[in-house]
Amino acid sequence: MALLETSKYSQGSVFGNVNPDLASERQTASFCVEKLTALLDGGAEQTRIRRAVVEAIQSDPVFSSENQYFQTQNERYEAAVRKAVHLQKKMHEMGWTENGPEYKYIYRALSGDVAFLLHRVFMRSISVLGSDKQIAKWIPLATQLRLIGSYAQTELGHGTYLQGLETTAIFDIATQEFILNTPKISAMKWWPGDMGRSATHTVVFAQLYIHGKCYGIHPFIVQIRSLQDHSLCPGITAGDIGPKMNFEAIDNGYLMLKNVRIPRENMLSKFCEVRPDGTYVRQGSQKINYFTMTAVRISLISDEVLTPLMKACTIAIRYSVVRRQSKLKPGEQEAKILDYQTQQEKLLPQLAAAYAFHFINNYLQELFDRGYREIQRKNFDMLPELHALSSGFKAVITHQGTAAVEICLRACGGHGYSLLSGLPSLYTKILASCIYEGENTILLLQTARFLIKCFMAASAGQPVPPSVTYLAAVKPGKCPAKNKSDFLSPDIYTEAYQHVAVRLISSTAAKLQDLIQSGAKKYDAWNQCTVQLVQAAKAHCHYITVKNFAETVEKLETKAGIQRIMKHLCDLFALHGIFSNTGAFLHDGYISAAQMDMVTASYLDLLAVIRKDAVPLVDAFDFTDKSLNSALGSYDGQVYQRLYEWAQKSPTNKMSPAYERYLKPLLHNALSKL
Amino acid sequence: MTMNADLRRERAAATFQPLLLTHILDGGPERTRRRKEIEALVLNDPDFQHEDLNFLSRSQRYEQAIRKSSLMVMKLREYGIADPEEIFWFKRTCTGNVPEPLGLHFSMFQKTIETQTTAAQKEKWLPLARGVKIIGTYAQTELGHGTHLRGLETTATYDPATQEFILNSPTVTSIKWWPGGLGKTSNHAIVLAQLYTQGQCKGLHAFIVPIRQLGTHEPLPGITVGDIGPKFGYDEMDNGYLKMDNFRIPRENMLMKYAQVEPDGTYVKPVSDKLTYGTMVFIRSLIVGDSARSLSRACTIAIRYSAVRHQSELKPGEPEPQILDYQTQQYKLFPLLATAYAFHFVGAYIKDTYHRISGDINEGDLSELPELHALTAGLKAFTSWTANAGIEECRMACGGHGYSRCSGIPDIYVTFTPSCTYEGENTVMMLQTARFLVKSYTQVSSGQRVTGMVSYLNDLSRQRIQPQHVAARTVTVRINDPVSLVEAYKARAARLVEAAAKNLQAELNHRKSKEDAWNRTSVDLVRASEAHCHYVVVKLFAAKLSEVSNAAVRAVLTDLCLLYALFGISKNTGDFLQAGILTSAQITQVNQHVKELLAVIRPNAVALVDSFDFHDVHLGSVLGRYDGNVYENMFEWAKKSPLNKTQVHESFHKHLKPMQAKL
Repeated sequence: MALLETSKYSQGSVFGNVNPDLASERQTASFCVEKLTALLDGGAEQTRIRRAVVEAIQSDPVFSSENQYFQTQNERYEAAVRKAVHLQKKMHEMGWTENGPEYKYIYRALSGDVAFLLHRVFMRSISVLGSDKQIAKWIPLATQLRLIGSYAQTELGHGTYLQGLETTAIFDIATQEFILNTPKISAMKWWPGDMGRSATHTVVFAQLYIHGKCYGIHPFIVQIRSLQDHSLCPGITAGDIGPKMNFEAIDNGYLMLKNVRIPRENMLSKFCEVRPDGTYVRQGSQKINYFTMTAVRISLISDEVLTPLMKACTIAIRYSVVRRQSKLKPGEQEAKILDYQTQQEKLLPQLAAAYAFHFINNYLQELFDRGYREIQRKNFDMLPELHALSSGFKAVITHQGTAAVEICLRACGGHGYSLLSGLPSLYTKILASCIYEGENTILLLQTARFLIKCFMAASAGQPVPPSVTYLAAVKPGKCPAKNKSDFLSPDIYTEAYQHVAVRLISSTAAKLQDLIQSGAKKYDAWNQCTVQLVQAAKAHCHYITVKNFAETVEKLETKAGIQRIMKHLCDLFALHGIFSNTGAFLHDGYISAAQMDMVTASYLDLLAVIRKDAVPLVDAFDFTDKSLNSALGSYDGQVYQRLYEWAQKSPTNKMSPAYERYLKPLLHNALSKL
Repeated sequence: MTMNADLRRERAAATFQPLLLTHILDGGPERTRRRKEIEALVLNDPDFQHEDLNFLSRSQRYEQAIRKSSLMVMKLREYGIADPEEIFWFKRTCTGNVPEPLGLHFSMFQKTIETQTTAAQKEKWLPLARGVKIIGTYAQTELGHGTHLRGLETTATYDPATQEFILNSPTVTSIKWWPGGLGKTSNHAIVLAQLYTQGQCKGLHAFIVPIRQLGTHEPLPGITVGDIGPKFGYDEMDNGYLKMDNFRIPRENMLMKYAQVEPDGTYVKPVSDKLTYGTMVFIRSLIVGDSARSLSRACTIAIRYSAVRHQSELKPGEPEPQILDYQTQQYKLFPLLATAYAFHFVGAYIKDTYHRISGDINEGDLSELPELHALTAGLKAFTSWTANAGIEECRMACGGHGYSRCSGIPDIYVTFTPSCTYEGENTVMMLQTARFLVKSYTQVSSGQRVTGMVSYLNDLSRQRIQPQHVAARTVTVRINDPVSLVEAYKARAARLVEAAAKNLQAELNHRKSKEDAWNRTSVDLVRASEAHCHYVVVKLFAAKLSEVSNAAVRAVLTDLCLLYALFGISKNTGDFLQAGILTSAQITQVNQHVKELLAVIRPNAVALVDSFDFHDVHLGSVLGRYDGNVYENMFEWAKKSPLNKTQVHESFHKHLKPMQAKL
């Protein structure tokens, strides 16, 4: 009965009833959907709170996203500002606070379509980098939205490599001010959100100069627009950087500074201070700051990767049981496309990945919570490991999540290409996550650096952090599987993943050693091994993900069929990884050619098993139709009616001047004049 | 403005003359000359100048596209350009590769009238279509039905009393959906519908249906027509819907070259329907060419930008290096560059083969058609999937700026990606190729010989004399020799075709229905097709090398060919290891050699993309500009953004100010 309650909650159909092809999928669920939803939320109480927040937001017409696919960039921006302003009111009305349990669900309920997200980054950077005095001055103003902040780090010519930034801040002792400048075009700040049109203030990262000496990159609070009439302050050139693949609602901006003077007190000075006489002083440990940057990478996984991935799976799988195409058996009705093995092989591994990433995200969150507690006790031992994990997993999850959403998009054929399917926007949004907060290749190389270091330490018998202790226990050997069902044993496949990770890390370490011993410079040797290093880092993260999934399944309650279905998904995730990367496992003969055929057989068998629960498995993600905003993915499966109805609303269906201006003359023989 | 210094250095350091390579891609110096002549006609014509499309709304982009289409019709006549390839060059330069709402009129609508009508019909319709007195499109796909044509639901019921067909869209799923130019532009459509006469369904047939009133352009009574709304790309195209409600057309509007309905309703069957194969082969071969071109454009942008962009440090204390000097960046981009070249040669091969045998087709000799049909289906899928992923890889390689519309790569991607779906969904295409491969394998098993690209399967029967797995045979692979690598790919294809065919047989032995067995083997079958296509591409690339006379050009193409082949192995090592084609030690060598080739190709990278000879107009990219002046022009571009129209955005007055006032 729990199943029916969910459906009641999720949607009533505006078309009267649920498409029978979708309804029948829900009747045969092997597990209790409501229980799985609660598991994903972290408890039934969390589910309740989340639903209440979503309901409060989505029933409020000011927050509607109904026509967003038809809107221009200007309209989308205006709507986002309107929602941000209204959200202040709503939170007050509902009694939600930034520290309350509801807060984290607000963004999800709004599908991120709201302005002033960078305002929060502005506030966080002041809290982390500012002195107590600065915090006391700026945070109350920001909290009440008396000013709107942004965060200006990236420049036109410089991204991930912070030391390369070119903006300058020169200290002028005479006036006790910093003079900020954009010395050349490549130094223009470029990309910061909310800065193109909205922000009145921004934190600018610039090279600090005192008495002609450069002290490196420091953060400064700079006012860029008037608090009275919003016009640009003297010396400031700022605007919107133009259309992007997504984020139409966000005014990513540019900023050029010409002799802009700010008081000495505007340099954020928790860690470094410039005294009135120009003395430069370092104070305290930067490690906590370092931890914050690391934690941000993990915090984006949930909202920016898991949510779009789960939505894409929901849309593609529901559509695949509604869409019928060709015949599987002569004389029968056309088959649901999800009944084709090739379609299952596209979608079900993505579904398994969504669950795998959900569980690894939980693991990472717990690890970071623990790390935070340790750091507060001034114990920084966990930092290198946390940094390596956050870099590697940010890269792997954003990359695979992006690939997965694209697969979902293309698995929906022509209709997936319509914006009304919701899939193009999900794709263009998730793919940005591969770039921001650290470019993925660079992040993987950071993880690789940690792995190589740990491998050397482990080889020398020194202690290493918990997530890499496996590097110390290198044991050669062969995969013991004897038949295809052996590959459904988590011990068997987890060992295989571990073996590959160790092999790739150790062989790359050896190669580096070789190069250095044969006279190569260290940095040259490193550059020559980067392709392998990236592969090694990925293998490590893949191994941890599989291991964590298997351990999570082990601990699940056996009731309500949850553990059984999660075990299937875990097997599928693991075997898909082997199936699509066979060479890595065959390379040193750990898995034999004959065993690889067993992997394939076992993998393909699983597709048919999970197929039966595919729709309940996406129903458990519990997205409302408004959250999905998709003509293909609605709960009631009335795909074609909805596409037809939504298309009518397109502005292109208003009379276009093109006919009168161009077609008519063409048809009426303008040609004969030639 | 002067050329960016980095790009100037790159160009000076090339070991070959790009123009010579351009000639090879164009098919001879004379054709390069003519292409540039035609492009100049557009580039120097003020009528074709336009605002940057990125800043226009969809309705405005549609209007611009219609303006240009109309202009092109007139100018093409003025210049007397009639050769299809020359028209293509002209249009591509006008539109900068965005689709054209009148495109289907000139291709599908006109072509169908040319090929599927009787003499009388031709006489009536062809002058109207050619003179653009009517504008038509081709309405096949329905809301609920795509690739599987027999499933279409639109009906055309013959009424002998009035000698008319009555057209109906009986369900929501039967609404015509997606045809280009249908929404707003066309006043006629060729509609595919199930023909009913004398109470019987005779299957799908094509009808010319007027949909809008000549003169007013209003939809006719009984016709509901409109635009299907915004898409990922194709902003200028009014992909449309069409719903018909007891809409009557005269009997003569059925295209009757093959099947006919007589006045009394008697149905006359067509002779053969194999001829439609020809058109499909032709269109799919165009997609292979488009895969090559789209990927080449993305590579041009990404490689030029990577030579201009500096980032981080390679050597401590030195200035930031060009990002193209990083091994990881080369590893992302150079295999794609090699792929783009490979696909150019494959596209040219299919086109030539089609032209060679289309004479035979007209003579009624269809013997080569099945293989060519199977091959183009697979290659269409193989090249479009690869290019699709490759374009994204190029965009990602441009970091944050790749994500901006000013990079041009988002546009290339959204315009290209539907080719994985249209003209045959790729997975379905791969399975069609697989059907041919399995059939060929079965023939070989029963002692017959097969010819053409699948002739490697003949070796399997010889193999069978010794009762050992095909995988067990030893192939001596020399990883520096393209010819030897072709053998390795051949062995891989043979192994995967055999494995899929055997698995299929095993499923059939489990007393499963034929269709069930096929479905349960389809993942294996797709892999077999992919391996077959991959082999064909490597083979055609390697074959091309011997045709190149200039030594410097041949050397650089040989590097690219080796990189293409070796990179493909390193990405699919499992196939080669499992089949015993290569040993682990060889795989390690392959991986190493790939990295060495990256360094070898590096000095020629910019020259290799210059050889594609795209004008800045074809690229539509600030990052990929020929002169490399990226940052200045990004700033100029951004200033034109609609959000920058006013100094203070109206949202400030509407929302921000009132809020702050209340606080």
